[in-house]
Amino acid sequence: MTEIQAGVGAADTAAPGQVPAIELDEVVKEYVSHGEVVQAVKGVSMTIDEGEFFSLLGPSGCGKTTSMRMIAGFEEPTRGVVRLHGQDVTNVPPNKRDVNMVFQSYALFPHMSVWDNVAFGLKRKKVPDAEVRRRVGEMLEIVDLVGREKRRPREMSGGQQQRVALARALVNRPRALLLDEPLGALDLKLRQHMQIELKRIQREVGITFVYVTHDQSEALTMSDRIAVMNDGLVEQLAGPREIYERPATKFVAGFIGTSNLLSGVVSSVNGSCAVLALGPADRVVVPIKGSAAEGDTVELTVRPEKIIISTEKPDGDLSMVEGTVSEVVYLGTSNSYAVALAGGTEITVFQQNAHDSTTTAERGDTVWLSWQPQHSYALQ
Amino acid sequence: MSALNRVFRGRGLQIYTWLVIAWLVVPIAVMILFGFNDTKGRYNTTFQGFTLKWYGKLFEIGDLTEALVNSLLIAVLTMLIAGVLGSLIGLALGRYRFRGSGAMNIVMFAAISCAEIVMGASLLSLFVTLAVPLGFWTIVISHVMFSISFVAITVRARVMTLDASLEEAARDLGAGTWTTFRLVTLPMIFPGVLAGSMLAFALSIDDFVITNFNAGGTVTFPLWIWGSTRVGIPPQVNVMGTLIFAAGLLIALGNVLIARRRR
Ligand SMILES: Nc1ncnc2c1ncn2[C@@H]1O[C@H](COP(=O)(O)OP(=O)(O)OP(=O)(O)O)[C@@H](O)[C@H]1O
Ligand SMILES: [Mg+2]
Repeated sequence: MTEIQAGVGAADTAAPGQVPAIELDEVVKEYVSHGEVVQAVKGVSMTIDEGEFFSLLGPSGCGKTTSMRMIAGFEEPTRGVVRLHGQDVTNVPPNKRDVNMVFQSYALFPHMSVWDNVAFGLKRKKVPDAEVRRRVGEMLEIVDLVGREKRRPREMSGGQQQRVALARALVNRPRALLLDEPLGALDLKLRQHMQIELKRIQREVGITFVYVTHDQSEALTMSDRIAVMNDGLVEQLAGPREIYERPATKFVAGFIGTSNLLSGVVSSVNGSCAVLALGPADRVVVPIKGSAAEGDTVELTVRPEKIIISTEKPDGDLSMVEGTVSEVVYLGTSNSYAVALAGGTEITVFQQNAHDSTTTAERGDTVWLSWQPQHSYALQ
Repeated sequence: MSALNRVFRGRGLQIYTWLVIAWLVVPIAVMILFGFNDTKGRYNTTFQGFTLKWYGKLFEIGDLTEALVNSLLIAVLTMLIAGVLGSLIGLALGRYRFRGSGAMNIVMFAAISCAEIVMGASLLSLFVTLAVPLGFWTIVISHVMFSISFVAITVRARVMTLDASLEEAARDLGAGTWTTFRLVTLPMIFPGVLAGSMLAFALSIDDFVITNFNAGGTVTFPLWIWGSTRVGIPPQVNVMGTLIFAAGLLIALGNVLIARRRR
């Protein structure tokens, strides 16, 4: 351990303090299929810290698996550098990398017992038998599979197989664990259970987890940080709260949760805020990150649960727009309203069913929607 | 249509099934039976009483014994050589797309669908052109040649159902190329390798057409039987046939038992 740290400290890439567990530096991956060049990953840079639960989130085909496979060593980047703990491993084969992967299909060896599956990695590293026995035993305890050592993978349920796959990777004490949609094949209930389990195990073993998923709620609940990917690029890299509350791009706003998109022309700029002109009685103020001048068109996003719906025009310096209710849906713990604005834009509003079971407005009513200006974000 | 359905679902299907079984079994039963025939004359065609003496005199015809040994040796060599080479071809074809893999696939199927008589004749002219003396080894070469495609295709089918991430998982866990092959790939494709090799053995041991062209002075079991048809096939041939059949049956049974235990 000390040796490794000393070695890393000497490397000039090391930042003062902690060396990141994984670094991707302008990584590009091109495939040639049917004579055409396909860019699966178009230049991704990210730094994943030691002990972090890091998620790669994005729609199907955005390059999550490809990025992860380059970290594991199954694909060589066309351009760019992959570093593990400060060391360039771009051309190092997977069996020489100190990371382990949990495959989406689990990839358990069907001709071996659970025990032999879990012991596979340790035996390859010529760990003494006694230690193999101890560590495999411990690991099976952590994943709650004691007593099932002799079973074959196909004699186990999906959730159990998943835990065997996890144990088989974790028993090697890798510097980082890569998980490619590990819960994708499980039903909802088991999935939620395994999400909690995974978080517990990660806390217990303290290893860096890189987690690929296209399920946004999974990423939001489990991760320390999330890289939202789209079409081979990272759109935003931040903590879950930041990603949800302050989506950086239109794509992120649309992909994570439900969000409302509004666009308007800047009528005046007031410090770091822009005032947008929408309908005649409307007033929309939005914080601006970059610069905006009068006459520019600005797009902004507001989360449905941040919007207050009322039949009276609210006072105070809230942002407000007028519209007509086109749909009311009762969702149990909340009501969902669809409100059409004068310009044709449709806005979704969630209202908690806190006080009584009556709704504020009915279909066809004219309503006011208002929100705190700081709850809306201008998109780039 | 529905009338046909009714017939097949009822008695009809049963009768049909038994007819097929009989069709398959009767010739074998006759062969076994005539191995116990206490025949007096040269021709073993009418049943004249039960005896075990042919089992005792099994190896009394020197030429026949030599032919059988030749056939067994050739079949085992074919099984091993075609088994290994064919498995490697099947693995490559099932796993990788490489320059020439398309052509390779076509050649495989061409070799299977090619008429034996054509293959035998062309092999003969090849050996003659190259001045290779005909005999034991030309038989082995030609047997390997025609059975290798069967092995390759059997193994290829198995490889294609194999999840490629299994091998990646092995490498991810620290296994090198050879270890991955030994511990993961080979055990997974082994049923295919075994099936293909046994097919090669079976194809080799009773091949007549191709062998007849390329045998030179070497006599195999089928060639000997063919040669003795004019003078009368001795009951020892039936006994040997029975024993070969019994061995095959035992192997098949063993296979089923192993498969059942694994499950
Ligand atoms: N071997 C390959 N050859 C050609 N194109 C490929 C190859 N592997 C991936 N791609 C392409 O690269 C893109 C990214 O693929 P990738 O598997 O990384 O997506 P993903 O984000 O993991 O998607 P999913 O959520 O569906 O698993 C896709 O458009 C895919 O078609
Ligand atoms: Mg994927």
